[in-house]
Amino acid sequence: MLDLKQNYFELFGLPVAFPIDGTDLASRYRELQRQVHPDRFAAGDERERRLAMQGAARVNEAYETLKDPMLRARYLLSLHGVEMDVTGEATHDIAFLTEQMDLREELEGARHSADPYGVTARLMEHIDRGIKALVARMTEQFQEVTPERLEQARENVRKMQFLKKLRYDVELLESELDEAV
Amino acid sequence: MALLQIAEPGQFAAPHQHKLAAGIDLGTTNSLVASVLSGMAVTLPDAAGRHLLPSVVRYAAEGVVVGDEAKLAAVEDPLNTVQSVKRLMGRGLADLKTLGSTLPYDIAYREVGEGREPGAVSLDGSGAVPRIRTRSGEVTPVEVSAEILKTLARRAEQSLGGELTGVVITVPAYFDDAQRQATKDAARLAGLNVFRLLNEPTAAAVAYGLDQRAEGVHAVYDLGGGTFDISILRLHRGVFEVMSTGGDSALGGDDFDRALAQWIMAQAGLGEDLDPVMQLRLTRLATGIKEQLSSVESAEIHLELPNGGRWQGSIDRETFNGLIDPLIAKTLAACRRALRDAGVTAEEIEDVVMVGGSTRVPRVRERVKELFRAEPRVDVDPDRVVAIGAAIQADVLAGNKPDEEMLLLDVISLSLGMETMGGLVERIVPRNTTIPVARAQEFTTFKDGQTALALHVVQGERDLVSDCRSLARFELRGIPPMVAGAARIRVTFEVDADGLLNVTALEETSGVKAGVVVKPSYGLSDSEVERMLRDSIAHAEDDMAARRLREEQVEAERVTEALRAALAQDGDQLLDAGERAGIEQALKHLVETAASQNHLSIKRAREALEKVCEPYVERRMNTSVRQAMAGHKLDEFES
Repeated sequence: MLDLKQNYFELFGLPVAFPIDGTDLASRYRELQRQVHPDRFAAGDERERRLAMQGAARVNEAYETLKDPMLRARYLLSLHGVEMDVTGEATHDIAFLTEQMDLREELEGARHSADPYGVTARLMEHIDRGIKALVARMTEQFQEVTPERLEQARENVRKMQFLKKLRYDVELLESELDEAV
Repeated sequence: MALLQIAEPGQFAAPHQHKLAAGIDLGTTNSLVASVLSGMAVTLPDAAGRHLLPSVVRYAAEGVVVGDEAKLAAVEDPLNTVQSVKRLMGRGLADLKTLGSTLPYDIAYREVGEGREPGAVSLDGSGAVPRIRTRSGEVTPVEVSAEILKTLARRAEQSLGGELTGVVITVPAYFDDAQRQATKDAARLAGLNVFRLLNEPTAAAVAYGLDQRAEGVHAVYDLGGGTFDISILRLHRGVFEVMSTGGDSALGGDDFDRALAQWIMAQAGLGEDLDPVMQLRLTRLATGIKEQLSSVESAEIHLELPNGGRWQGSIDRETFNGLIDPLIAKTLAACRRALRDAGVTAEEIEDVVMVGGSTRVPRVRERVKELFRAEPRVDVDPDRVVAIGAAIQADVLAGNKPDEEMLLLDVISLSLGMETMGGLVERIVPRNTTIPVARAQEFTTFKDGQTALALHVVQGERDLVSDCRSLARFELRGIPPMVAGAARIRVTFEVDADGLLNVTALEETSGVKAGVVVKPSYGLSDSEVERMLRDSIAHAEDDMAARRLREEQVEAERVTEALRAALAQDGDQLLDAGERAGIEQALKHLVETAASQNHLSIKRAREALEKVCEPYVERRMNTSVRQAMAGHKLDEFES
């Protein structure tokens, strides 16, 4: 069974570091699930099945955290003793916030524009570029950790939260447009 | 040489070590049972060689009859013959009225609580389970389903020559917690050990994937008699990873029949108030015409009228297509959403596997082909593939294949959440999260001295509780009195590999605990549950406005409460009469505005109040600092 004291990186046999190879992570995930999944213990007793469920749930949670750059960064920060307030932290970078407001405005206008899918596609591209840039910066910040760098990484997580929320809303609009087809 | 006598593992597994297990496809129209025999999964026929068991149960004078015989007798004995019972599983009475069809049964209206079926007892007593009046007394959908399961299990035990150690029963991926629970209850009632509830499209993917040695991203489009599922899966060396799923648990071939029956009624000039026998005859006629139209371009219709006369007409495929197109469009919208949720485009799908009897309708295939821009795979037997997949899984779960590489990683199809202040939903497990999963969230008290917290568990995608399916209500009592916001109540949601939810709540500072295995409370009328996702998109804007309004109302209430408490405590010491009057007036204005429907004016009223209160707040802070420091030596503060 799983050692519950291991952190998510240890659980997956990976170094505690920000860069992760998604394909490698996925195959480690499948390997772990092969060992702990409740299907392996369906014919077992109550206790075995209970443990299998908890083990598999933990592996799922770990996988979801590690494969997403924002969740991974937040988790990494917590391992370094920086606990973020998931609901109540926002960036105060005025330039960034102004840009966000413009993007939001563009999204609001998309619904009634002549080519709504064109607008959402442009927004998606913009968001993905922004996230990539943040990931690149965080990769550096997590490389040799100092309190200042951790603070910078935390600021980048805050920004990434904005971008992810925007992406969620763009997707919501896209599915709304799909419904109308 | 002793060493030579040791056989390779698995080389001659003694037959008696093989544990008997079966996969059961409990369908709306037909059900099947399958098992692995000498390494091959096959569906098992009855003594007459029939594989499909019509999901029809007749409570006859001489006893319960299940299958073809029941189906044949339905026309003469409609009130004692139950069909398509799967549509009623996990539903409350209120749901039935919105399920569309006029049920040809005599439904008994009675409150739950008096019920004897454990799975259907609602915790808050707000719902009622449908009971069908038959000559053998009242029966619930769970009991009817149990009869079908018993028949199939008996068939399997006769063919396999022994008792089953366990079964895998398939359910639509889009079944909610109440529907899954009802299915499991039916199995328990039938005396079966359930290894697993398996999602139908996942079962189909297993059978298809292993057979074709398929790899990559696949879609399973599963349109049965009464349910629709779409699942997107990644297949990788025996691992079946569900990326997303979607559907409608009240949409299927039955609805095609109903649309056609209504068209015939209109053509033949029949009114809506048909007796059960006529209704059933008309539906059977429509089913036959639908099936004909799958192979021919037009069909003749001969109908005996209630008055003894005859009506004759015909319908061509194009007219029929026009009748069912709106229904197919609903399935395609679900497909597009599933693709988006999985983060893949239609082009990235290797194959679309067609499952369920209703995918025989040519128009369905046409439209699916248009969407995925590829010829759908129709080479699997759409009726049997789900049972075959379930049998393969049952064999593995029984422990017959210890070296088996196969692994199924499935997801939860509908988000799970809790009601929070103002009737809003706090999502705790979002849809398409891989199961099993455990998630915890902290809540707190809203009022000073609050000692109990009502917890309301809901399932669905909408922002407002009233638009989601209510699963259960329970209460955490015995919280020690504290100031508002000080209690830390940790609510944990656990979803097991069957997709079933278990909720516990714990007040962390005191250790007070409450838990519930979620049972349906049938909180709302249903087609809503099914429409939730579609609506959640259409209503995103409404929700946003409603959410803002609720948030402002809650905030206004919080400010009002806090201010009143403060005024009672030290308003007289810290404020002069003029100041006090100003605050009281702004407070009154906020209370009045909070009842309005305009979130902006509530916000303005709250801000105005906060502005008036600023000097007061400042004085209070100074006072409390002074009080805190009183009696302490200065050096205590310096260390």
